[in-house]
Amino acid sequence: MALSADESSRLAELLTSRATQVTQRWTEVMAGQLRGRLSQAELVRQVQELHRALTDALGKGAADLTAEEATELRAVLAELSRGQARQGFSATETASSIFGLKDALLAELEADQSVGTLRDYVAFSGLVDQMGLFTFESFVRTRESLIADQAEQLLELSTPVVKLWEGVVAVPLVGTLDSARAQVVMERLLQTLVDTGSPYAIIDITGVPAVDTQVAQHILKTVVAARLMGADCIISGIRPQIAQTIVALGIEFGDIATKASLADALRHVLRLTGVETSRRQPRREA
Amino acid sequence: MERVPILKIGDILLVSIQLDMSDQTAVALQEDLAERIVATGCHGVIIDITALDIVDSFVGRMLSTIASISKVLDAETVVVGMRPAVAITLVELGLSLNGIRTALNVERGMELIAVDRVHDDQYEFEGGPDTEPLALP
Repeated sequence: MALSADESSRLAELLTSRATQVTQRWTEVMAGQLRGRLSQAELVRQVQELHRALTDALGKGAADLTAEEATELRAVLAELSRGQARQGFSATETASSIFGLKDALLAELEADQSVGTLRDYVAFSGLVDQMGLFTFESFVRTRESLIADQAEQLLELSTPVVKLWEGVVAVPLVGTLDSARAQVVMERLLQTLVDTGSPYAIIDITGVPAVDTQVAQHILKTVVAARLMGADCIISGIRPQIAQTIVALGIEFGDIATKASLADALRHVLRLTGVETSRRQPRREA
Repeated sequence: MERVPILKIGDILLVSIQLDMSDQTAVALQEDLAERIVATGCHGVIIDITALDIVDSFVGRMLSTIASISKVLDAETVVVGMRPAVAITLVELGLSLNGIRTALNVERGMELIAVDRVHDDQYEFEGGPDTEPLALP
């Protein structure tokens, strides 16, 4: 679908001579697509930048979008779609705003009724299609990197190990426990046990929405690993439905202590370590 | 051949493994340790594996054997200082160190042995169903 040198120079000339009309029509189409979520000034700036980059590329004789001469045009397109992806526009809206150029070109070419017009229009629209697809691709790439970033942040946010008492640490698990997260939780818990020298760990699963055999397997592995290192694990925060699921699935926790709430688990550990807690006697006025 | 040193601290023998174990070193360690337990009359053995990056089935079996030998000679064995990565690998491999007690570090290991001795003494001399077991420090 490459443009011949002749066609690209004709298109460059058309874009230069009818610059105002083309950008105006293009801006209108884009504004219709984006329905006022982008300010008019911003739109005009984007369209003019695209128009300038496109004219430059064609003026240098770029045959298609992959050509060396079109490097700047690609950068502008990538920048545009990155911005729109981050602002929450859909992929269709982003690509359609590029396809708006077709409307603008058609309006200009219709005025000129010579024989080559149709051929020119088909060639031009091939280039516009390429631009649209390129935008689409960089849009998806931006979204994917956003998702990857967020997944990583989530992984870091969701696995804190907190110290409850001297020698007692707890891991409040929140959210679904998949293999990757289970691995992170396990490593972090064991490392904290070593760093703090705590012989007791409480794994609280109040925030885990569902416990299936796989999740149970991950938790059991963590407990066994902690035991190998010489620390004892207690599982707490088992909700009534989860208790029923565990029994229905036939999951055996063996001799691992399980408690209904974190408070119970802490009390259990304190009793094991011999810490006594008592209410302070109210002071009596003499 | 390299030998693993055995240190005596009070009533406890401390073995810190810092080299890759071969068949020969393992056998030598078992012999040395048995002799030292008998000679010193110690009641506790602490094996420190902080320096070990890899614990495979061979090392696991060696630890089990040492624990069994010590048990026969009335000494409690505690393995201390296992690294998180080692523990995870052992779990993933499905290897469990059966019959071996573990503690996080040497200090905890010594506490564990001390508490056990106190328990034993109690049951020997004044033990009864009503005796309150001593709490861990």
